[in-house]
Amino acid sequence: MIKAVMMMNTQGKPRLAKFYDFLVRCLPVEKQQELIRGVFSVLSSRPENVSNFLEIDSLFGPDSRLVYKHYATLYFVLVFDGSENELAMLDLIQVLVETLDKCFSNVCELDIVFNYSKMHTVLDEIVFGGQVLETRSDEVMKAVEEISKSEAASNSISLVPKSVSGWRGGR
Amino acid sequence: MEQLKTIGRELAMGSQGGFGQSKEFLDLVKSIGEARSKAEEDRIVLSEIDILKRKLLEPDIPKRKMKEYIIRLVYIEMLGHDASFGYIHAVKMTHDDNLLLKRTGYLAVTLFLNEDHDLIILIVNTIQKDLRSDNYLVVCAALNAICRLINEETIPAVLPQVVDLLNHQKEAVRKKAIMALHRFHRKSPSSVSHLISNFRKRLCDNDPGVMGATLCPLFDLITEDVSSYKDLVSSFVSILKQVTERRLPKSYDYHQMPAPFIQIKLLKILALLGCGDKSASEIMSMVLGDLFRKCDSSTNIGNAILYECIRCISCIIPSPKLLEAAADAISKFLKSDSHNLKYMGIDGLGRLIKISPDIAEQHQLAVIDCLEDPDDTLKRKTFELLYKMTKSSNVEVIVDRMTDYMISINDNHYKTEIASRCVELAEQFAPSNQWFIQIMNKVFEHAGDLVNIKVAHNLMRLIAEGFGEDDDDADSKLRLSAVESHLQIMSEPKLPSLFLQVISWVLGEYGTADGKYSASYISGKLCDVADAYSSDETVKGYAVSALMKIYAFEIASGRKVDVLPECQSLIEELLASHSTDLQQRAYELQALLALDARAVESILPLDASCEDIEVDKDLSFLNGYIQQAIESGAQPYISERERSCMLETTDYHSQDHHEVPSHALRFEAYERPKPSSLPTQASTELVPVPEPSYYSEAHQPISTSSVSERESSEIKLRLDGVKQKWGRPSYQSSTSASSTPPQAANGTSSHPDVGVGSSSLKPRSSYESKKPEIDPEKQRLAASLFGGSSTSRSDRKSSSGGHKPAKGTASKPPKENPIPVQPPPDLLDFGEPTATSVTATDPFKELEGLMDSSSQDGGSTDVMGVLYSDAAPVTTTTSVDSLLSELSDSSKGNPGTYQSQTSKGPNSKEALEKDALVRQMGVNPTSQNPTLFKDLLG
Repeated sequence: MIKAVMMMNTQGKPRLAKFYDFLVRCLPVEKQQELIRGVFSVLSSRPENVSNFLEIDSLFGPDSRLVYKHYATLYFVLVFDGSENELAMLDLIQVLVETLDKCFSNVCELDIVFNYSKMHTVLDEIVFGGQVLETRSDEVMKAVEEISKSEAASNSISLVPKSVSGWRGGR
Repeated sequence: MEQLKTIGRELAMGSQGGFGQSKEFLDLVKSIGEARSKAEEDRIVLSEIDILKRKLLEPDIPKRKMKEYIIRLVYIEMLGHDASFGYIHAVKMTHDDNLLLKRTGYLAVTLFLNEDHDLIILIVNTIQKDLRSDNYLVVCAALNAICRLINEETIPAVLPQVVDLLNHQKEAVRKKAIMALHRFHRKSPSSVSHLISNFRKRLCDNDPGVMGATLCPLFDLITEDVSSYKDLVSSFVSILKQVTERRLPKSYDYHQMPAPFIQIKLLKILALLGCGDKSASEIMSMVLGDLFRKCDSSTNIGNAILYECIRCISCIIPSPKLLEAAADAISKFLKSDSHNLKYMGIDGLGRLIKISPDIAEQHQLAVIDCLEDPDDTLKRKTFELLYKMTKSSNVEVIVDRMTDYMISINDNHYKTEIASRCVELAEQFAPSNQWFIQIMNKVFEHAGDLVNIKVAHNLMRLIAEGFGEDDDDADSKLRLSAVESHLQIMSEPKLPSLFLQVISWVLGEYGTADGKYSASYISGKLCDVADAYSSDETVKGYAVSALMKIYAFEIASGRKVDVLPECQSLIEELLASHSTDLQQRAYELQALLALDARAVESILPLDASCEDIEVDKDLSFLNGYIQQAIESGAQPYISERERSCMLETTDYHSQDHHEVPSHALRFEAYERPKPSSLPTQASTELVPVPEPSYYSEAHQPISTSSVSERESSEIKLRLDGVKQKWGRPSYQSSTSASSTPPQAANGTSSHPDVGVGSSSLKPRSSYESKKPEIDPEKQRLAASLFGGSSTSRSDRKSSSGGHKPAKGTASKPPKENPIPVQPPPDLLDFGEPTATSVTATDPFKELEGLMDSSSQDGGSTDVMGVLYSDAAPVTTTTSVDSLLSELSDSSKGNPGTYQSQTSKGPNSKEALEKDALVRQMGVNPTSQNPTLFKDLLG
């Protein structure tokens, strides 16, 4: 299971942080920030040309691993447990970045900052509830585009959800 | 896309407007980006919070503006500041019909709230509505929110809809519904335990993506219980085979590998299934061999699959050929230049070494290289490998390496781990006692505060007991070497507290034992310890006790004791200590010094730390005193257990409470108000009863009913573990209680909650009975939360209405529920979990299918339980015949005008009709079902 997805820039500013682990999610905001800072301090102390893996039990509990990848000014970080494959997670980061690249054609840090909700849309299509849902970036793109189109359309037409039997029973 | 892109760029350049982002947001991001220090950033964010707080208070905020505020809130919360003042606006936004706003609302809510947040309850309703939306994007958004927001208590409120969505026409929805169900399973396995068969079913989905998604929950399920999935081995193998043979659509390829993530998940599952299972291992060995041949080791993902194969082989019982292939793959990994692959190689080696221990030898050099590598991750992985391959022949080298590394690192967490590993290895493989004590000293010296206190106690015991051989000479040598090494280390500054405790203890017990060191020398050292670490009370306590032992041994052996001046001053200081423990020890020491040799010897015998001390647990020596006290009029002692028993017999309610977690929320309708007691029947007439009772004949004398209640509550207890249907335990137990043989539900009580409430006239029960009447809002909420199961609600009404005894209800027209009455043995079947396929023969099962709104998917729903709780009393009451006739009447009277169910309103009559109708539907659903499903499935 994937416990967290994080993006932060090389100065340690979080750009996106999403936690899937029940325990981490229930932590107060400050504790989550501590986690992000902790991850960053480990990452920033890593030399060049070493592996992309870390064992990070100290922050995320036993059997936690971390895979990161460094692109330009951004760190992409995945935290997960023993039921995932490290190399595959590395490729998952690749999928995410490729998709973002297609989304914003040549993605950069600013795209991520200013298209926050879109970032999450992309991520939600790839990782769902802590599990890998989709790894085909074309499919993800299709879904995201459909959402954008529909969102644009719904700005003019408001959707009226059908009233359904659940309401009737209530009275 | 392009458009979005340009907008992003424009914003970056500082132009205004765009997709909801304003100049202010841009400025915020920019100024935070330029902030030089954390303090400056905080200042900016705090002022932003002020602005947002003000703005959110303004009336009539345009929705577009509101969306932007919420994005800003999300942003500041991501930076670690509290944005809770705006949560409610995000919650409100999820109610919006506009997809963009709704999704923004959901996004914000999922980021803001965790499962236990109070506001979740406000979203559940919206989620329920959205799950039934025609727009599959809305459904997806709701499913996404479910995964992140639904908690154990709200699962039952959305579960039926999620189960329906498993058959949605869009594969994206099916996939997410499976994931949501999986999430429920992780959150609260009992709530979906009856739906597990759905996962198996979805494995055969036409869409490979859905099948792939199903592997996630199956992996978890198989991890929990391997044996019940053994039958799937060949299915998984054939899926894997098809995937590797590129039978999946081309779009699933990733870097020229066919569906690698599905392959990896399958390999993980196969590893679980093949573990220790020869036949399963044989089935999968073929495909594993193929994989080794086919995998492209030039890509990252190809190596990921290779690694997964190695992992799988290390779990199953492999053929020698496979083992060889795995070893080859590992050596390729280790020889690679990539640190990632080396890491995987070391990891694989560590796994394989368990089944073929000699495999490591050919990679010795590679392993040593990894040990010297600057990459910390790799180093640690290698230490893990070394730890796994330690034998008594190599323990010295490995532990030495480990301790050196331990000393060199600062990471306390890992230091702890490696220290405990050193200790473990040393304890297990130590070649000599001296070496062992040396290693322990090293570990304690450098990581003393990090190791478990048990390790220290183990060490002390080990020194005291020796190494088990009956060789006193060796033992005393061991002790002497411990004492010597400790005396040497003691002069080092700043030793960890735990280590000092060990040192003090050893010196106290054995410092003077050999006669090599004089008592005054040792006691001087101990005083130094107490002096140097005067802030550490535990160490001081150990030191004083050690002193006491030294002096005791001296006195016992008849030598003259002269207390050192520094020792004297230490005692005096401690006599006035704030710590009562230290005071006590000091007083004891003082007292001991005044005693004669014989007394001292019996108090502190020499080298007796391992002797058992007999404790009189019954305190029998006090018997005389107690007898005396009782004779002079004292109350006899009642044990705690007896006391609680007494409480229980007086209070049925408390018993009931044990089963119902007090925090549990109720999402089902509150039960009808019931007479709080039979003796106060008059008052029941005052309570408005909007629904007719169906069991006027169920009125029974109080004695019988209370007996039956007792029975049912007992049976409820017994059945607790049998089956968990829907979320809330109390509800489960009610269904299980009522699905017991009829004699349990004898008489009036068909609902245990109610039964208990009316048997004991506690204030709370009357409160309960009033509350639902007072608060229709809640009722409505609860009802709407329960979604499409309007029938279950009216069922509940009827069931609780049913056992309202006596006059208040008896006067109503006896409009009967058309319950298809069945003989009790048949009814018992409904307790069984999940009917996977619906047959036309069993009306109840048809009803099940109906409730799930998809005829193929029949998880047994709570309706069954409720329905049953209705049926049970009917079958047992004396007037079954009359009931039967009435039943058939009413079912004739309402021939399938299903539409009437669509009308709203709290009309009890209508509710009853609806109820009747649905039951009718249960009998012959095929003609009517489509209308219902159209609504639900869109």
